[in-house]
Amino acid sequence: MSKRLTAYYWMTVPAVVLFFVFMTLPALQGIYYSFTNWNGFGKHYDFIGFRNYANLFTDSNVGNAYLFTFKFAIVVTILINVLSLLIALGLNARIKARNFFRGIYFLPNILSVLIVGYIFNYLFSNVFTIWGQNLGIHAFSTNILGNENLAWIGVVIVAVWQGIAFNTILYLAGLQTIPASLYEASNLDGASRWQEFWRITFPLISPFFTINMVLAMKNSLMVFDQIVALTNGGPGRATQSISHLIYIGGFQGGEFAYQSANSVIYFIVIAIISILQLKFLQGRESDM
Amino acid sequence: MRTKTNWAVMILIALGTLLILFPLYMTLTIALKNPEEMTRSVFAIPTTFHWENFSNAVEMTNFFRAFRNSALVTISTVVLTLLTNSLVAYAIARNMHRKFFKGLYFYFISAMFIPFPIIMLPIVKLASALHMTNLVGLTILHTVYALAFNVFVYVGYIRSIPMALEEAATVDGATTWGTFWRVIFPLMAPINATVGILICLSTYNDFLLPLIIISDQSSYTLPLVQYIFQGQFNTDYNLAFASYLMAMLPMIIIYLFAQKWIINGVTQGAVK
Repeated sequence: MSKRLTAYYWMTVPAVVLFFVFMTLPALQGIYYSFTNWNGFGKHYDFIGFRNYANLFTDSNVGNAYLFTFKFAIVVTILINVLSLLIALGLNARIKARNFFRGIYFLPNILSVLIVGYIFNYLFSNVFTIWGQNLGIHAFSTNILGNENLAWIGVVIVAVWQGIAFNTILYLAGLQTIPASLYEASNLDGASRWQEFWRITFPLISPFFTINMVLAMKNSLMVFDQIVALTNGGPGRATQSISHLIYIGGFQGGEFAYQSANSVIYFIVIAIISILQLKFLQGRESDM
Repeated sequence: MRTKTNWAVMILIALGTLLILFPLYMTLTIALKNPEEMTRSVFAIPTTFHWENFSNAVEMTNFFRAFRNSALVTISTVVLTLLTNSLVAYAIARNMHRKFFKGLYFYFISAMFIPFPIIMLPIVKLASALHMTNLVGLTILHTVYALAFNVFVYVGYIRSIPMALEEAATVDGATTWGTFWRVIFPLMAPINATVGILICLSTYNDFLLPLIIISDQSSYTLPLVQYIFQGQFNTDYNLAFASYLMAMLPMIIIYLFAQKWIINGVTQGAVK
């Protein structure tokens, strides 16, 4: 083997070792424990086959967490993409101080998700309620985070407020790749604004649409910090996300093995969704 | 036609920024008020600035220790990531025709699909067995978990650098290591900026990993401190908001000065 090639192999060794020890090994351990009944701290555990997996499907807390997480992720993904595309279109229009506005819209992206959650937690309990009372909207005159049916909307609002920042910047970058000459041509042809958007703008930014949809979906399926800061999964278990359930059950509930099984299922679900999304959206891209 | 400003859109965009700025305005004003002023009006600009909220928060949460911890972890993670991840990516990018390196590439980037919770429970056991429940451990773990995405970004970039430069260096008798550090690494400055910015933001703001890894109070990072002190802030919102503001401020200040860099960096990272 040549000296050059040997050097290349050595360059990868530390990363491979660290990656195996801290990524692959824990993942394998997680799968291993999912077939046991270990509580996370005891000395003894037994193999119980697929019993954890079988129990997952009849556990109402698990079902509840999946239902909340999916409802949340779908609503957040749609809202973030619609709003950030609108903002990006606005920022790309002929306006003054574009960089200043762009800077403000991106600001939430650099802030800690947890702390933003705490700030909104206060706003929900002490500020938005004042508006609700003044406007006479009964549902918003009390803290919506304390309402079993509305709390999830509070989490959606915070996730959207912060998530828009990143997607807006990406859409704007996409819009700026479209040559102005295309719009001039469509103006000459007498195309309406609406036609212009659907025939020119949207097809040309579709790679950005794909990235934004996949990232927004993946991030919101993993929601954790906002839950801790806003509701802690409550009221009851109304806003408990899958990550939060794994954390609480695994570390505080003595369900180490059981939640390991849950996280294996969770991994499979996320992988399938990401791959389906990429396949579907990229297929659509090439059709255009 | 180019010069005419679209005022209707601009007004809408300006109004939209109010939605972004309102929570931040509230954070700033509440951090400067006292409870008495809060009862008078939640929204008003404070008449007198109660700076003591900040000094109380500093004392209560041991702010400077948490800040030092956060800064230490963030800076060392950025440095370690830039040095190690780029090196692996270089070896992979220049040997993609070899089965081993190609396999390695897919081995690393497939981890992008692994959600953190699946390794969360075992990693705590592993970290405590290896005595890594401290800032050093946190730095190493951050660096390892960034690898999947970074290898993806770096390999794409390195493959766009022509081989001619390296061949010239080899003719001059440089070793593979020397070529990397003296020829390739300096050429990677733009992508290093992107990766560095992304790692800086995600490490500084990360909450979940410190939450499960760090057990010793003297090693708490800033987000973790906010979480731990929730109970003690209780209903003293002025104190709490002063603490939140101080925790966010370092990043906001960096953002004010390096806004263009940060936005470009983040965009490049996602488009690549």
